[in-house]
This record gives sequence, structure tokens and C-alpha cells, in this order.
Amino acid sequence: MNRSHLQLRNLNVFYGERQVLRDVSLDIPDHQITAVIGPSGCGKTTLLRSLNRLLETGDGARVTGQILVDGEDIYAPRSEVTHIRRKMGLLSQKPQVLPMSIYENVAFGPRIHGQRRRKALDRIVEHYLRLAGLWDEVYDRLSSAASSLSIGQQQRLCLARGLAVEPEIILGDEPTSALDPMASQHVERRLCELKKDYTIVIVTHILRQARRIADHVVFLYLGEVIEEGPMREVFASPRHDLTRRYMQGEIS
Amino acid sequence: MGVDSRRIEEAVFRALMLVSLSLVLGCLVLILVVIFAKGLPSLNLGMLIQIPKGGYYLGKEGGILNAILGSVYLAVAATLVAFCLALPVALYINIYTRRESLLAQLVRFSMDILWGIPSIVYGAFGFIVMIALGLRASLGAAIIAVSLFELPIMVRAMDEVLRLVPRDIEEAAYSLGATRLETAFRVVVRQALPGLLTAVLVAFGRGIGDTAAVLFTAGFTDRIPTSLSQPAATLPLAIFFQLGTPFPEVQGRAYASAAVLTCIVLAVSLLSRCFAGRYARHAVR
Repeated sequence: MNRSHLQLRNLNVFYGERQVLRDVSLDIPDHQITAVIGPSGCGKTTLLRSLNRLLETGDGARVTGQILVDGEDIYAPRSEVTHIRRKMGLLSQKPQVLPMSIYENVAFGPRIHGQRRRKALDRIVEHYLRLAGLWDEVYDRLSSAASSLSIGQQQRLCLARGLAVEPEIILGDEPTSALDPMASQHVERRLCELKKDYTIVIVTHILRQARRIADHVVFLYLGEVIEEGPMREVFASPRHDLTRRYMQGEIS
Repeated sequence: MGVDSRRIEEAVFRALMLVSLSLVLGCLVLILVVIFAKGLPSLNLGMLIQIPKGGYYLGKEGGILNAILGSVYLAVAATLVAFCLALPVALYINIYTRRESLLAQLVRFSMDILWGIPSIVYGAFGFIVMIALGLRASLGAAIIAVSLFELPIMVRAMDEVLRLVPRDIEEAAYSLGATRLETAFRVVVRQALPGLLTAVLVAFGRGIGDTAAVLFTAGFTDRIPTSLSQPAATLPLAIFFQLGTPFPEVQGRAYASAAVLTCIVLAVSLLSRCFAGRYARHAVR
């Protein structure tokens, strides 16, 4: 197997005394959707947030071990955090638009990374709004406030915004949990189309969603990886008892 | 019975709140009525566009333009200085450190203490600084005193506003690869702009209306200051001096000066509200 461009090696995360992730080692397959599943409080979100070093902005989490992106340890002292985050687009649980217009939301990333030319920005905005499947709904009101969009549209705007910085990896933290079924379907379909160009990791507590869109599944329980493998195998014949019980709804 | 007692409770507390509200509003209205009733008869154009001529405080000709301009210069400059210091402090404790970190708590605590210090102390402190710098009572010295006085008010008001900005918005910016500085100025400030403006306004209002901080530092003069090293008159001091005379017509002018001061504060508030509204339309609710 080729070396995947997102690898975790013996990752441990602590909040004070409490250990939230234990010795997690994973190879995230390229150009596939990897779903991280597991009961609430098992460390799914922490895992995702450790990938783009968002953990350190918040509440004093301590991280040991390595996360390698293209073979480079992102927790190495020399690595540039803005550069790492740029490689990964994040879709959060609740879509969080920036306090500016629809256009500016998408242009924000390219702008801070140095793109100043209006024409180029126009092209970028259109391209990524199309890619996120939002262009047709907003092309005539790009200058209105992003917060005026419906919640489903906001999530796709966040997707476009994330894609506009040209990441290699898309991270989704239960990206459909705040959306209605139609909007969820929309986002799921987008993710499936995007996987040919991006490596996607999503956290979800909806097993059916994992079954619908994932190629690869990681089952996390109390901060430990219990089982991982191709989605079909894991769902059809879980090797571990805990996995089976979780899938049958005995643990939640 | 349970339902009844709860309904009574509701009614009683509602009534209490309305009483407090009307007391507060009543005081405000009363103050305004007194100022304008006593001041308007003495107010005329000459008062607004002339500086005092000889014997103005004895009831002779002249106006208070020196104090109006002095106050405006002083308050605008002091607010600007305070703003340049307060915004970085407030952003630092909300974005560069964790919001509940020891440092942030310490800053909040010290600002609360500074807020509670009477302005006469700032006046005295400003006076000492002034002497140490070899200055005389002047516009510049008064700006130092008033900006120090405004600083804690502004920092705390800004801090409260910035704390309300959802963490998620910050994280959204970080996850796009924004630095803390970009996140602070392009995202957080934008989201909090109306509140930040209110903070500046509150401080401006306190600054322009404060008497004690400028008592020793501004000096008082009949002339309009043309440089920072010249003494400056201010409206609060003009009111104070005019009220202190035994002549009813001069006391009337004191109320007129108070009316002018009130109108300045009102105008600045209204203007900045319109301004903030225009920029707030993109804010995320």
C-alpha cells in the first residue's frame, strides 16, 4: 500500500489529567471518505480537531505522538500552524459563516493567503461555489450577508470557503447534524463527488450515514481505536465484539 | 392555589421592575427638563460662537466657544488615545490568551479596580505626570489624564463585547489558515463592531463630561487652544465656574452650557449608531 498522506502515529491527547485519546495510530486512505464512528464522548471530535491543530486554540489540550501530513510531523516545533490548517478544510457541526458577505466568505481564505486580484477572486468564488453546489442559488446576491442563507446553504458555503484555500484534506465534524434531511443529502452527495480530488475524514454518530458514504471506517471507543478497515468489511463482519455491540445499538 | 401564587409573584415582580424603570427614566427626564428649562432662555447664538469677553463671568458679553472646542478637542483626542490602548488589550485577552486564563482574569480585575477609582485621582495622577514631564496645565496634560480615566471603561466594555463573539467564528477563521491577527481584525472585530463602538461611545461620554480629571491638568482660559501645550477650557469646568457665581444670569448660562454638553453627547451617540448599523448587517447572529 502506498504511503497515505495523512498518518497518525501513537497519538495521545490529554485535557489536564484526563486522557481523551489513547495511542491512536491510523493511515487515512487517500481519495476516500473515512468515517470515524463511536459513541458520544469517545474522542471523535478531539481526533478531528487534533488533525488541524485546532485543539491548541481552545482549552489547553496536551498532545503527544505524531500526525504526519505528507510525511511531515505537524506537531514538530518548526511547523507553521497556518500552513497546516490551510491544507485541511474543516466543516463544523453547526455551519459557522464569517460575519461578512457570501462573496467575502469564500474570498476570505484566498485573500489572507495573498490573492489580491479582483478578477482572480471572482473566478475563485464562482468556481468553489459551483463545486459546493451553491452557485445557482446565490449568484445574484453574492453581496448579501452570509448569515441570511438557510442553514443548509450555510453549510455548503462553509464547504466552498474551505475548498477555496485549496486544501488536500477535508475534515467534517458531524457536518450534517444541524441540517434537515434534504440539506444533509445535498452535503453528502457533494462529499462523495469531492473524494476523487480530496482525502475526506468525517466524524459521524449516524451509522447509516457512514454506511452511505464512507469507504473506510474507524471505530473509536473511550479514546481508543477498536477497529478500522474498509467500510463493507467492518459493517458486514466486525471483528471486535465492541464494534458489533455498538452497531447493534447496545452501546451508545 | 399554586397557579394563583405564581401569578401574583409574576405581577409583583413585574410591577417592581416597572417602578425601577420609571424611576430611572424619571431621573433622566427630570435632569433634561431642568437643564433645558433653565438653560434655554440664556442660550443664544452669540454664546456658541464667541469666546468670553472681559467680565463674561460677571454677566457681560461673550460666549463659551472656548469651552465647547476645548471639550471636543480634549474628549476626541483622549478617546482616540484610550482606543489605541484599549483595543489591543481587549483583543489580547480574548484572542491571544485563553479568555479565562490567569492573565485575562488579572487584566479584568485590575481594570475593574481602575474603573472604580474616582476621577479626581486621575486628575491628581495626571498632574504628577504633567509635572514630571515638565509640562504646564495644558490640553496635552488633560488628554493624558482623561485618556487614562477612559481606558478601563473602554477595555472592560470592549472585553464584554468580545467575550460574546462565538468561539466557533474564531475557529472557522483559524481553520482557513488565518493567523491570530487576521482573525482578530478581519473577523472578530467585524462581528463585534457595533458593541465596540458602544464601548468607545460610553468612554467618550464619560470623558467629555468629566470635571475632576481636568481640574488640575487642563488649566482654564478664555482662549481657544491652538496647540497641545496651551491650556484649554472645558465645558464641565465652565459649568462649574458659572454656577459658582452669585449672578442669576451667569448661572443661567451654566445651564445653557450643560444643555450644549448634553447635545454634543447625544449627537455623537446618534451619529455612531447610524454608523454602526450600516456595518452590522453582516454580523452573524
